[in-house]
Amino acid sequence: MTEVKRSDVLIIGGGIMGASAAFFLRQRGKSVTLIERGLIGQQASGTNFGNVRRQGRFLPQLPLANRSREIWGRLNELLGEDAEFLPSGHLRLAYTEEMAGRIEQYGRDARPYGLELEMISGNVLRDRFPFLGPEIRAGSYSPLDGHANPRLAAPAFGRAAKRAGAEIVERAEVLSVEQEGGSFRAGTADGRVFRAEQMLITAGAWGSRLSQQFGEPAPLVVHGPQMAVTEPVPYGLEPVLGIATTIPEEIIYLRQVKRGNIVFGGGIRGPASAETLRAYVKPENTLGQLAQITRIVPALRRLNVIRVWSGIESYLPDDIPIMGPSARISGLHYAFGFCGHGFQLGPGVGDVMAELIATGRTSTPIEPFTIARFASSATNQTGGHP
Amino acid sequence: MAEPRLIIVGAGPAGIRAAEQLVAAGLRPVLLDEGQRDGGQIYRRQPEGFTRTPEQLYGTEAARAVALHESFEQLKPQIDYRPRHLAWNVADGVVHTISAGKPGQFAYDALIIAAGATDRLLPVKGWQHAGVYSLGGAQIALKAQACAIGRKVVFMGTGPLLQLVALQYHKAGAEVVALLDTSPFHRQVMALPKLAARPDMLLKGLRIVAGLMASGMAIHRGVTPVEIHGEAEAGVTGASVRLASGEIRRFDCDAVGLGYHLRPEAQLADLARCAFTFDAGTRQFWPEIDADGRSSVPGVYLAGDGVRTQGADGAEISGALAACAALEDLGRPVPEARRAEFRARARIMERFREGIAEAYPWPAHLAADLPDEAILCRCEGITVGELRDAANAKGADEVNRAKALTRVGMGRCQGRYCGHAGAEIVAAATGVPLEAVGRLRGQAPVKPLPVAAGEVEP
Repeated sequence: MTEVKRSDVLIIGGGIMGASAAFFLRQRGKSVTLIERGLIGQQASGTNFGNVRRQGRFLPQLPLANRSREIWGRLNELLGEDAEFLPSGHLRLAYTEEMAGRIEQYGRDARPYGLELEMISGNVLRDRFPFLGPEIRAGSYSPLDGHANPRLAAPAFGRAAKRAGAEIVERAEVLSVEQEGGSFRAGTADGRVFRAEQMLITAGAWGSRLSQQFGEPAPLVVHGPQMAVTEPVPYGLEPVLGIATTIPEEIIYLRQVKRGNIVFGGGIRGPASAETLRAYVKPENTLGQLAQITRIVPALRRLNVIRVWSGIESYLPDDIPIMGPSARISGLHYAFGFCGHGFQLGPGVGDVMAELIATGRTSTPIEPFTIARFASSATNQTGGHP
Repeated sequence: MAEPRLIIVGAGPAGIRAAEQLVAAGLRPVLLDEGQRDGGQIYRRQPEGFTRTPEQLYGTEAARAVALHESFEQLKPQIDYRPRHLAWNVADGVVHTISAGKPGQFAYDALIIAAGATDRLLPVKGWQHAGVYSLGGAQIALKAQACAIGRKVVFMGTGPLLQLVALQYHKAGAEVVALLDTSPFHRQVMALPKLAARPDMLLKGLRIVAGLMASGMAIHRGVTPVEIHGEAEAGVTGASVRLASGEIRRFDCDAVGLGYHLRPEAQLADLARCAFTFDAGTRQFWPEIDADGRSSVPGVYLAGDGVRTQGADGAEISGALAACAALEDLGRPVPEARRAEFRARARIMERFREGIAEAYPWPAHLAADLPDEAILCRCEGITVGELRDAANAKGADEVNRAKALTRVGMGRCQGRYCGHAGAEIVAAATGVPLEAVGRLRGQAPVKPLPVAAGEVEP
């Protein structure tokens, strides 16, 4: 057995959750070791759509999303790097009167949480967003939401954490975690041992493999988002666009990056494997998406798709993440299973978890996300199988 | 039992000879091809109505070209030939195509991929100027369209195509200012024992060299490319190299043909999830195959220059062998005597391929030595310096990581033209061996897919 490394906090998993938690823990003066099987931000954190969207979320999640949005706004000065955050606005669109009614209701419900949304329809919608297709009936505009570059954000947090004194250990797979004599111990595949007073598991699709070693399995399943990008064209689609619908095939979201490419995703999810570390885009899904993006913005029919990609995202049956302290072991914390909507939350999750670990409490309500909600279903599926 | 569904991608020498074997075995394969006509790149047929003779088009290879075209004409009624079909993706036993804007799907029991090769390119400062073409592009302009890429042309790089295209341009009446080869002459001499595996090709090569000498064009070997000069509006104005003597010399020109031999078009094999392996001889990853062209994926066979750069004759043999392997795996009779013959010839082709690779080596050091300000990724406009910075300051010691941080390889060519040089730059900057910096994972579509395809019911 090689030498044992000690720190105040051991973080397992270097996605945007773990990397931002490492950064904020250093700001609070805690010594931190982050262990990542591959490279920082390489899995779901680096392959997602890049939405920095609050509207449409589970309402009790809005305080966390608001806290995260505030951090996104000062991310560049905080990290000293540009993650291409663009507060371009976000437009949630409806094809039907029924869905228009629902997004309008959401706007009313979100107001008490401090999220101001503007309902727009008819000619006003078309005057302000002339690129929208004739099927769009109404939209809910969130002026302060936007998008950022997922390939850059988590690695930027990782580097900033490292500059601030965190130890970032990449290419080290943690196989075993346990509590031993009041502290936590993690053993890697290459035989290294790490110890700390507290532990945070931010291992995404692989989170349950670790939490179950503490008797708290979670019913995670994995899926691959179906992403694609067009060739670049002059910048003109300012807001992020997303369809509010109950029909899975109709779900689509798109954004244009400043350099011109249009990124889109949504619809039927694809196959992913936490074992092989691969996820795939099904060709028929890509073709299906093409039909949907031209419903939102007909002019896109003149473009070409130059690349598709996927990643390994983890989902829970109730479509909300696991976040907060362990229900069984003091000093143990979780933040994983973000069900395809974790990117916007990332900085806020890191900040909240750092606060929780450093002070024992957090000013942001996260009770709905406790792992205890799965305690009675501990006999359910526990692996990361799709 | 239903007839097995066989699909061949690519109607070049490998694909046509594969189809021939399958038809001889009583099967009717689907032959998908991106081109308007059969022949692939090397034996590309001119558009209908063009009247140049085979000798004008294919030079010393005219007889082989005519033979292949005639074989194809005979095969045509016996196969399901689909020209203008781009295979943009393959998944779950189905090849996905796009043709005239319409998506199509072809399910297979056996798939033979004979997707050919494209130029292996090495950036040089200024290669983004208008008027810089790949050697293959320069040759196609001449062969298919009877056009030259410029009035005063410099050909730069290395490999057999460099000399052939320079001579073809000269014969077609274009002014070839200079042929600038990075390979020193002694490498060709050293490779002679392997090149002698095919005396006929060696002789053809010597005739090309003799033709070049007689042409009067400036020929320099063992050069180091320095810069392609140009302006945003006017495009290329010249090319500078350091000669073997150390002297820097500029050649005024309005177009440059650039290329460093060929690289397999292996994206479909990648999407079919075929395993890749590193070839130290050519410093690149290519798909794993057995001696008959079986990939690591059951039912997927790889042939021609799309898997090993053996040239047209080797492609014909490997196409036939891949078809035999597919027949064998489907439990069909295989012409054993012919196959033994093909295998024996394939070994000769492979020895010659190694000889060519040694005679005209990929100049890895030139990639490692590129100046920071040179554009590396032309699709995305990323400089060599930006990639080096990601490798050094951001710890990107693996090419897919470097791609994620810099966009190198994310553009419309997906790294097919800058990927090899990018890997050399990352390896040199980080001290990680080239083999360990990995290869860019291919993603669909193989070539850009029109969004409008989604509006058509497949």
